[in-house]
Amino acid sequence: MTATAPAPAPSPGTKSDERLLKTSPLKKLLGRPELGSVVGAVAVFIFFAIVADSFVQATSLSTVLYAASTIGIMAVPVALLMIGGEFDLSAGVMVTTSALISSMFSYQMTANVWVGVLVSLIATLAVGVFNGVMLTRTDPPSFIITLGTFLMLTGMNLGFTKLISGTVSTKSIADMEGFSSAKEVFASTITVGGVDFKITIVWWLALIALATWILLRTRVGNWIFAVGGGEDAARAVGVPVAATKIGLYMGVAFGAWVSGQHLLFSYDVVQSGEGVGNELIYIIAAVIGGCLITGGYGSAVGAAVGALIFGMVSKGIVFAEWNPDWFKFFLGVMLLLATLLNHWVRKRAEATK
Amino acid sequence: MGAVLVAVLGASLVGCSSTGGKRAEDARKAAAAGGRAAVDTPRWTFGMVTHSGDGDTFWDIVQNGAKQAAVKDNIKFLYAHDDEAQQQAQLVDSYIDKKVDGIIVTLAKPDAMKGALARAKKAGIPVITVNSGSAESKEFGALTHIGQDETIAGEAVGEELNKRGRKKALCILHEQGNVGHEQRCEGAKKTFEGKMQNLYVTGTNMPDVQSSIEARLQTDKSVDAVVTLGAPFADAAVKAKEGAGSKAEIDTFDLNEKVAAGLKSGSLGFAVDQQPYLQGYEAVDLLWLYKYNADVLGGGKPVLTGPQIITKDQAAELEEYAKRGTR
Repeated sequence: MTATAPAPAPSPGTKSDERLLKTSPLKKLLGRPELGSVVGAVAVFIFFAIVADSFVQATSLSTVLYAASTIGIMAVPVALLMIGGEFDLSAGVMVTTSALISSMFSYQMTANVWVGVLVSLIATLAVGVFNGVMLTRTDPPSFIITLGTFLMLTGMNLGFTKLISGTVSTKSIADMEGFSSAKEVFASTITVGGVDFKITIVWWLALIALATWILLRTRVGNWIFAVGGGEDAARAVGVPVAATKIGLYMGVAFGAWVSGQHLLFSYDVVQSGEGVGNELIYIIAAVIGGCLITGGYGSAVGAAVGALIFGMVSKGIVFAEWNPDWFKFFLGVMLLLATLLNHWVRKRAEATK
Repeated sequence: MGAVLVAVLGASLVGCSSTGGKRAEDARKAAAAGGRAAVDTPRWTFGMVTHSGDGDTFWDIVQNGAKQAAVKDNIKFLYAHDDEAQQQAQLVDSYIDKKVDGIIVTLAKPDAMKGALARAKKAGIPVITVNSGSAESKEFGALTHIGQDETIAGEAVGEELNKRGRKKALCILHEQGNVGHEQRCEGAKKTFEGKMQNLYVTGTNMPDVQSSIEARLQTDKSVDAVVTLGAPFADAAVKAKEGAGSKAEIDTFDLNEKVAAGLKSGSLGFAVDQQPYLQGYEAVDLLWLYKYNADVLGGGKPVLTGPQIITKDQAAELEEYAKRGTR
């Protein structure tokens, strides 16, 4: 506002400050990042309910939810990281790393299994810190740094397993102390109304709740959005950028730890070569859920819905008895449609503000 | 412009190949069985879940065998695969949810499949394991295991290498974490009198396979035998050998059209076949026999489909079968 320009006359009936405008609940809903993915999820569900009659049985849905939760446990922290404007390409193999550390530490030290689980937590978080510190202290983008971590972890997974166990998979720890209680926590089955649900679904829901609370109700959440929206601007207003990013990488590491322990305690033996390529699936789930690749926008709920879509499609194709050769093609189409839908919904929401 | 177009079209019409191509394939297909069921049992549904990655020749042949048997036995045959153990177990769960009448599964990562097989048993669905997991099959409650014992197959390779007077061999593992592959190399090590070393390569990336083998052959000129664990990798090994100017003989597990041709031309030494077609065919057929007549084959022992050492002498005949995707 300059003194020479006449101030626009306030139109009758509006408040003087547009920032205090009341938005209608419908508009608020339209502005949510996960809206597009929820619409997509409903569409996918209805679609498979029609083409595959076995899809809507309770047992089938529990299988779908389990598939979704194994992706979702990782997709939620990965989404937070992406809102903070960064990538983590090491997320897929980190899950395997975490499982391997637990298993081999317990076995080699003949320790209670819980000791291995805690050592694994510390070690996995350390990998997260490594990613975060490397990123904040050096110049290259996270894409390159975590690509390096990804390759190192892939090699270490095989190298150490072979060195310590003498084979490419770990030895069974099923007969060791603490195994059964750890299995209860990470890989048990809960029976509700005659249908078996895996405990990963509970972990997944808990992580969604925690991440949503952090994002929407705490100062840290504001920092995450700020860091992803514009790093320099965030630094200028006093946001601890480096700490926020390191914390986000630790969040992904925590998710990898939970997933890794689940792998270990469901199968009690870990294959060293697994997990490669899953990092992209987590990113896809987050993107379907409305996270922007460029950062600063997205939600934990959206990422969870993205994982749900992923689970529904991957298992739905089986229930529908389709040719699995086309699975990846279908996934690709879905990703494109979901992102286009998100984009369109967001544009509409912004236009009506 | 138009003249060029006409010329090109004309050339493509005149320029038909009188050998090979789609036409030859169609002729072969027409000659194959008409595809009618040979039995009047109800139309049961069998689901097969393997640990195959995307686009794997070997599993294509297994599927061909299974489909052939399914047509004959009036079976609706479903197939799914994933190379991640957790995903594979989930796929088995999906088939259990679908209440199929029989499940065929591979146990490349046995511990991961334990729970899924227990659930199948609980649901009363008969299970037959194929290809990998002969040691665990019975313990997990499967009817029968059809495949080859990887250690025995490896031992056969070691003996064959001795016969050929080899002194230093490489064993190329193309799948990180596959227990069966480890057993093959271990078995070969056991019986081979020379020195044998393992080399890990990324099986999903052929140029990487080739360059890794090439680098190894360049650094170690004394290697005189390379054993690959899958047919597609034999070709990469041959190229690597040429690139490195090495004298090593390339031998391989499994068979495909190219391997058969390579055996015939002498660019490959020998192949160890486990007859994947038989694994798919027998699995479906044995499940059918179990449903129809409660028959179980093998007397509690695995039914072996290999190892069969194939050399130049049998290559010509097998090349034709490999071409149509059944060997």
